[in-house]
Amino acid sequence: MTTQILLAGFGGQGILFAGKFMAYKGLLEGRQLSWLPSYGPEMRGGTANCNVILSDEPVGSPIVTDPDVLIVMNLPSFDKYESTVVPGGMIIADSTLIEKKSERTDIKCFYVPATKMANDMGIPTLANMILAGKFIRETGAIKWEGMEDTLHHIISARHQDMFDANLKALKAGYEYEG
Amino acid sequence: MAEVVLMKGNEAIAESAIRSGCLYYFGYPITPQTEIAAYMAKTMPKRGGVFLQAESEIAAINMVYGVAGSGKRVMTSSSSPGVSLKQEGISYLAGSELPALIVNVQRGGPGLGGIQPSQSDYFQATKGGGHGDYHMIVLAPSSVQEMADLTSKAFDLADKYRMPAMLLADGTIGQMMEPVVLPEGKPNLIDKPWAANGTLMKRKHNIINSLNLDTPDLERQNFERYKKYAVVEENEVMYEDYMMEDAEVCIVAFGIAARVAKNAIAAARKEGIKAGLIRPITLWPFPKKPIAAAAEKPELKGFISVELSMGQMIEDVKLASSMKKPVELVNRAGGMIPTPDEVLTAIRKMAGGDK
Repeated sequence: MTTQILLAGFGGQGILFAGKFMAYKGLLEGRQLSWLPSYGPEMRGGTANCNVILSDEPVGSPIVTDPDVLIVMNLPSFDKYESTVVPGGMIIADSTLIEKKSERTDIKCFYVPATKMANDMGIPTLANMILAGKFIRETGAIKWEGMEDTLHHIISARHQDMFDANLKALKAGYEYEG
Repeated sequence: MAEVVLMKGNEAIAESAIRSGCLYYFGYPITPQTEIAAYMAKTMPKRGGVFLQAESEIAAINMVYGVAGSGKRVMTSSSSPGVSLKQEGISYLAGSELPALIVNVQRGGPGLGGIQPSQSDYFQATKGGGHGDYHMIVLAPSSVQEMADLTSKAFDLADKYRMPAMLLADGTIGQMMEPVVLPEGKPNLIDKPWAANGTLMKRKHNIINSLNLDTPDLERQNFERYKKYAVVEENEVMYEDYMMEDAEVCIVAFGIAARVAKNAIAAARKEGIKAGLIRPITLWPFPKKPIAAAAEKPELKGFISVELSMGQMIEDVKLASSMKKPVELVNRAGGMIPTPDEVLTAIRKMAGGDK
């Protein structure tokens, strides 16, 4: 079983972090994986995307051109990548930032108002992790069990105070119906 | 069992270097390899080593020359434009028979170029970017694991043969994260009786220099050095043979291109086309023998060199195969990466008609 994931949005939305979370969870589950950022000169702004492959076999090319799952956090990325999702694949979109809906009938689409939910919960920077929670629920590509351990690993020492907020965001996404 | 960790390729180089006994790092930041310098800056002081951000790439390589002369393991890293600046120093290292590691995480060129991955410094790395008759050992990692393993290997080979070694990576392998097991145990440090590390008034002083105005003697040195290179070529070739047993199409690719090629090979085999891969791990010495042997096989229709350049390694594939079979090129340049589909199309064509 191989899952090719493309996460895309603006720089600063936590696209790379959400991808790293999935990759690290995969590592702790003993999966084969790769994590590849599109890197640019800037820290914020511009477009950011991230390719994650989770597999039971060695990963060949780490470059995702035809994703099984597209997690998308802005309209330009939605327009650019919607058509690249494989038939039978999935889009998880932040519907606060993307009002458009996909017209494709051969894929599953989930619209999560992640940015609004994050704002309402007082954790405005964690819409990315709400979408990651939805990803776990809808794909099962990584397991919910062991989530705390993964979070402790990937949240840097000086940001450990963000642990609870990250977990809250993941849960909100995991439990979101719709 | 050794611990599996998730790391960027660039970080794996840095950690592996320190574990391999390299306690001296000199460099100057440039995308896409700055994580190496950042990791060294953070880590070296805690491990009793030296990190120094030099005023330029040229200063950094000459600091490397100094430490290498003292017999300690030392490295620098940069990306394409920065590595061009280091060429004079690399030639001096080769001329003075000094071991050191130079890492090039390549980006698109020429000139300042871009910051996306490339393999267009192949000529510079393997044919000697600096002046004079010399070679470096050039290792080409294709995964984060190999970033770690080949860093360690490069130090060992450089010491063994008293010559500079280069890790020729690219922006993709540098920036990506994969599970990696880092080298453990004692580094393989050898005695260096030639080092200029103080005589303690007990021996004649050692001289490290590349200047030699005695012309016949300089010629002799060159011939001696090439005898050493012949030994390296005989003993140190590394490559991966992937599904070559029954192959009718042989892809030759290294680094990130080899991984794209493997996807294409899997797709081709699903269609019943027997494709295989020879992946050079050492670019110098180049794996001439397996390519020559493949060219002799009656079932082999030809070679496809897959590169992130305008076609550089393809010249070595042509030489090694003596052009006994056709050699085609699938390439992208300037920071673009060939897709598995582009490679697959070329495989189909070589195997006999578009299916």
